[in-house]
Amino acid sequence: MSVFDGLKFRKVKSPIHDLDPRVKFIYVCVIFAIALIFWELIPLLILFLIQLPFVLLGKVQRQWLRSLRGAAFLAIIIFVTNFVFSFIGAGYRFTAESLESAFALTFRFVVLVESFSIFFLTTSPDNLSLALEQTRVPYEFCFAFTTAVRFVPVLANEAQTIMDAQKARGLELERGNFLKRIKNYIPILIPLIVSAIRRSLELAEAMESRAWGATKNRTNLYVLRMNKNDFILLAITTGILITAVYIRLFIPIPSVCELLEI
Amino acid sequence: MAIIETENLTYTYPGATNPSIRNVSIKIEKGEFVLITGPSGCGKTTLCRCFNGLIPHFYQGKLEGEVFVAGLKVDEHSIHELAKHVGLVFQNPENQLFALSVEKDVAFGLENLGVPRDEIRRRVDWAMKLTGIYHLKDRAPNELSGGQQQRVAIASVLAMKPEIIVLDEPTSFLDPLGAENIFKVIYELNRKFGITIILVEHRLDLTAKYADHIIIMDNGEILLDGETRSVLNSEKARLVGVGIPKATRLYQILKKDRVNLRSTIPLSSDEMAAMLEEVLKSK
Amino acid sequence: MIEVKNVYFTYPNGVEALKGVSLTIKDGEFVAIMGQNGAGKTTLVKHFNGLLKPTKGIVLVDGVDTRKVSVATLARKVGFVFQNPDHQLFSETVEDEISFALKNFRFEAETINKRVDWALNLLGLTRYKKTSPFMLSGGERKRVALASVLAWNPKILILDEPTIGQDYQQKEKLRHFILQLNAQKKTVIIVTHDVEFVAECNPRVILMSNGEIIADGEARKILTDPKIVTEASIVPPQITQIFIKLKNYGFPRDILDIYEAREAILNSLRKGFK
Repeated sequence: MSVFDGLKFRKVKSPIHDLDPRVKFIYVCVIFAIALIFWELIPLLILFLIQLPFVLLGKVQRQWLRSLRGAAFLAIIIFVTNFVFSFIGAGYRFTAESLESAFALTFRFVVLVESFSIFFLTTSPDNLSLALEQTRVPYEFCFAFTTAVRFVPVLANEAQTIMDAQKARGLELERGNFLKRIKNYIPILIPLIVSAIRRSLELAEAMESRAWGATKNRTNLYVLRMNKNDFILLAITTGILITAVYIRLFIPIPSVCELLEI
Repeated sequence: MAIIETENLTYTYPGATNPSIRNVSIKIEKGEFVLITGPSGCGKTTLCRCFNGLIPHFYQGKLEGEVFVAGLKVDEHSIHELAKHVGLVFQNPENQLFALSVEKDVAFGLENLGVPRDEIRRRVDWAMKLTGIYHLKDRAPNELSGGQQQRVAIASVLAMKPEIIVLDEPTSFLDPLGAENIFKVIYELNRKFGITIILVEHRLDLTAKYADHIIIMDNGEILLDGETRSVLNSEKARLVGVGIPKATRLYQILKKDRVNLRSTIPLSSDEMAAMLEEVLKSK
Repeated sequence: MIEVKNVYFTYPNGVEALKGVSLTIKDGEFVAIMGQNGAGKTTLVKHFNGLLKPTKGIVLVDGVDTRKVSVATLARKVGFVFQNPDHQLFSETVEDEISFALKNFRFEAETINKRVDWALNLLGLTRYKKTSPFMLSGGERKRVALASVLAWNPKILILDEPTIGQDYQQKEKLRHFILQLNAQKKTVIIVTHDVEFVAECNPRVILMSNGEIIADGEARKILTDPKIVTEASIVPPQITQIFIKLKNYGFPRDILDIYEAREAILNSLRKGFK
């Protein structure tokens, strides 16, 4: 669960938070693409490092570290499997190259997690939905998205209350064999579903009462406008992309092993 | 014409065999503060749904008789047209807030109506200030207390500048102080801006003092309808068991004991205390 | 008997809900736990049947440390009726709903039948035995939830906000019902902010504010003390409010209901005529 905790948005005032989510999204996609075209350790390491200023500017170090920690388990699995396979591939021999490539592939994963967590940690779901709306995604879809975000904590709370209520009537979730345990959840699922249905009916009523669907030309309290920082980020992103492609195509990349002449 | 007028209104939910409200004929004047009360299941909520067109447009079912709201015949106008005249606030604050911040929620109705952006801004700020939630404008609804959430719900209908606000048991999940705050906010909207308020509520102890007009329902029918003091003083009101305010009950009992109290019927502890003070001073 | 000794409780999100609470509830007592929303009332009572375990301190139910036994074991003694019946109703019929807990507690089939009928009768639900609980009205669903807990006859009964959304007559019935249960020596604990309801039953009141107990005693003493009620941000009962305003006329300080009010006023007027 800690991976998700690391992705939870918190309101902070920072230049990164103020960026247009569309631009940030392009940035994430570019980093993503670059991470996939390299398999050497050095460029992936650089890719990891050039994102650190974003984390610091966005003041999300702590949550960002938590998301990395959450991803650590998967990273270790990736490392171990890669290492074991190259170990077997090299004829059961331990080589520095296999160690390096296992590290590189692990870093590729870390870079992906890093950029996604920067995006989600610094983009409010509200802005995200606004970005979707302005990219002509139908409003119903954007509304469904924000409403889902809004009600996740509410439903989680409700599930806890229902669980408490049934436990107070002697329900023991951990009792019995596998099938019995699944059955134990029926007294929790049914009230949860019934209440979700009731809730959605009430929501629909409230939406209707607030002029839902009155006009096709819906307006919005906020519009996203690109400002200076957004253009800067766009320029940086383009720069990174061009450099990366150029390096990939024309410059041979030394491995750490070669540099250290192992 | 009164701002709300119903004539022989009878409504049956789809699939139900019996009507939920029967032969309801009421008149509500512009600027009144109206209290609707009665035992659970007496049809109060159903009646509220007729005021903004949820009945018959959303619930369908069988509607007989007529409802006029702000001069519009409800079954001939859509819910969103009526939304400009009537705002509805529901019992559970949690299920009427959809946005991730308070101000977005307050703006929701205006956005749906396609109001220009700077006008939305102005009205949203106005509504948030009036309901005392301006300082919460960037908060998410689940970071708020129930009372604050309910004030957001009121602000979000208020922003649409309706002539009428209908509140269906808005405080049943709140604690007494949270409830008191809501009542004060709507009372101010009523007195300062002349917005017609229709409040559905069980706890007359807390609310009778605000109302000019009270409607008591039972079993889908109107049982009593009139000026608050005289209705609550009537024998019929006591017998139906809606919980007459304690201050009013005490007045009735003391009157029977021939205590020389003034003839205005008190609705609150303040009024009762003032009356008693008169008698105690003159003794 | 419930003993709470210097209990602290902090939720996983860091909210400190109880800050050093100590109290003892004896068998057969009728207690109302009052205070604003967020004062820690529900958190406290969830410790009584082990749904929550203290972060620090100790809770004993009949001498048993709640940390050492399961909720199911404690639940046999401590019945807990939640605020919203819809958070627990799930069965096809009212009968099944009421027998749910009895089956969990492994009562024998014959006993279950007897208990179900008894509980249905107690709450006037017999005619709904084969009805789906989802077809019932709000007030009736609340009664089914109550019956489903009373069915196993727990020694201690906890009701969380039983008056919320209830109309005047439903409250009156509930009040009589609670008093009747209490008269049969059942310990009844209600969590509520309904002062008028409490004023009419005059139980022992435990007043909470900000995770602490700020007053503990007879309702008559606590609800009529202007200083205490202000501190807990609750509103005194309407009758009491009248006498708080008339404090300069020498009335007794602890008037809760209409009949006491009448006595006091008539007495004072009679004195005046002498």
